Amino acid sequence: MPVENPRILTKNYGTPQSWTLDAYERSGGYSALRKALQMEPAKLVEEVKAANLRGRGGAGFPAGMKWGFLKPVPGKPNYIAVNADEGEPGTCKDRTLMELDPHRCVEGFIIAALALDVHSVYCYIRGELVLAIRRMEEAVREARRKGYLGDKVLGKDFKLDIVIHAGAGAYICGEETSLLNSLEGLRGEPRLKPPFPAVVGAFGAPTIVNNLETLATVPTIIEMGGDNFSKLSRLHDMKDGGVRLYGVSGHVNKPGVYEAPVGITLRELIEDLGGGVRKGRKLKAVIPGGSSTPVLREQDLVNAPDPKHPMHRWHGKSHLDVPMGVDTMRGLGTMLGTCCAIVMDDTTSMVRAAENLMLFYAHESCGQCTPCREGCAWMARLCTKFANGTATRQDLDTLLDVANNIMGNTICALGDGAAMPMLGILKLFRHEFEAAIGHEQPSWGGVNA
Amino acid sequence: MAFELTPDRKAILDELLPRYPTKQALTIPLLHICQEQNGHINEDVIAFVAKTLGISTADVQGVVTFYTLFMQKKVGRNVIWVCRTLSCELAGAREITHCLEKKLGVHCGETTTDGEFTLLKAECLAACASGPMIQLNDRYYENLTPEKLDEIIDEARKRRDDKVKGAFSPVGILANPGSK
Repeated sequence: MPVENPRILTKNYGTPQSWTLDAYERSGGYSALRKALQMEPAKLVEEVKAANLRGRGGAGFPAGMKWGFLKPVPGKPNYIAVNADEGEPGTCKDRTLMELDPHRCVEGFIIAALALDVHSVYCYIRGELVLAIRRMEEAVREARRKGYLGDKVLGKDFKLDIVIHAGAGAYICGEETSLLNSLEGLRGEPRLKPPFPAVVGAFGAPTIVNNLETLATVPTIIEMGGDNFSKLSRLHDMKDGGVRLYGVSGHVNKPGVYEAPVGITLRELIEDLGGGVRKGRKLKAVIPGGSSTPVLREQDLVNAPDPKHPMHRWHGKSHLDVPMGVDTMRGLGTMLGTCCAIVMDDTTSMVRAAENLMLFYAHESCGQCTPCREGCAWMARLCTKFANGTATRQDLDTLLDVANNIMGNTICALGDGAAMPMLGILKLFRHEFEAAIGHEQPSWGGVNA
Repeated sequence: MAFELTPDRKAILDELLPRYPTKQALTIPLLHICQEQNGHINEDVIAFVAKTLGISTADVQGVVTFYTLFMQKKVGRNVIWVCRTLSCELAGAREITHCLEKKLGVHCGETTTDGEFTLLKAECLAACASGPMIQLNDRYYENLTPEKLDEIIDEARKRRDDKVKGAFSPVGILANPGSK
């Protein structure tokens, strides 16, 4: 079946001046807010729960349930911190929302604030995204002038302001507690949990941290009703609802950000949306949802003969033909992550790909926990040895050992996020590492390679 | 010599201050503002930020050394960040990097002798579907080819206004819309 093209989140992409209030209102913008103002806050939370909205930032936690964890403390405000520190390699979706439809984001923030009794929203955008920061700030100003923000949101006795906050370049600040520390003016080092941010978050107050796309989806949920939204998904029955942004990059003919229902397959993402592997070449591997998610191959099949197994529906099918959902990808031993795939054709050296990724994690580890600080750099050095052809068989064991010793031994998920893809590549492409002992790997191709 | 903000930049800080419940939360925004004025962060800037926000210089130094965008030494009039992470690499980032190094006569991490360009490697800049790409000062240039790159560099060399700098600030726009 062809991939549906719902054009909900991306409705305004392509409209001239789509980032202005004028354009947004002309397309029906802020009508969801008007509806939300007539609803009880608890009802808003219920709709988001019914929408089966899974967080769009990578972990895929049910957003409605997360909202339910907020624990107000007498005498302290509640906060929302929006995570727009998009930096997971392969991921470029939130940026499009901020640049092309910032008012959709603002409207989502306002509705979330109504639901959670929040009067200050902090939107943390990575400092490099200057255009996104500018468009978001201008949207906030326009919204304030029009009375959507300020002392009385559209005349209702509800005060709300949104603060756009610029980061300064650190992948780790996409981790929620690191983001909070950074917002408070500290080094972006993750905090120990518990307490969770919903109990003790920004400035010591209860805080809900949501990904930007998650909140930009909220106006649609309120407008069409949570259940109707959820049913747009192909995985509605697995409580993974609605539509979302997909990204596809690397060796495809049409890399880009596309909107589709939750639960399209990797094959559809690569072939139908991404235009297929470039130059008619064969697919070697695909990283399904940002660099921290282990790679998949076409030739691997789902093995779940037991009818009670949650993956049984896809027994015998290629990993590429399993719908992309939070739980289905976990069932394949990988993760849905940010739903932005990196595609590699058969000319790619997986040793070089691993080296590239490990250099990323070595640079971005915050340095707080020894296994991650030392381990990521160690994995990168070992991968470089394999790429240069100077590695020994012993190095292969060491690489596995280092990766295994990071897993589960750090405060946040960055270490695991480095070790998991490393172990994934070693599991599926160990032969390439063995073949690289004593042989330098082919270098990367150029723009036309 | 002690560092002080110019009055227009002080006005930005004053506008941002009431948005946060603590003064310390201004550490990153204020460092951005100072860097844009001074070109990089040195001991004088750190002392100024610490004094202004009522925190220790160690706190400020800790922040400066943590974040990639804070420059601890002088950079060129233009700063080029070239993305090296996987999606861009698959799309030809190596070739783009080589072209830049050749054209500018420097390696990544260095500044040209005339002080015009600093070339730096960047980790993923969230432009994965439009690689290879560079960030030149505060702007993204995507879907690059060696030819396009030539034009971009020549253009930047000719540009003479100082509104856009290698040491750009993403914070000024938060207080003063439409000024850029």
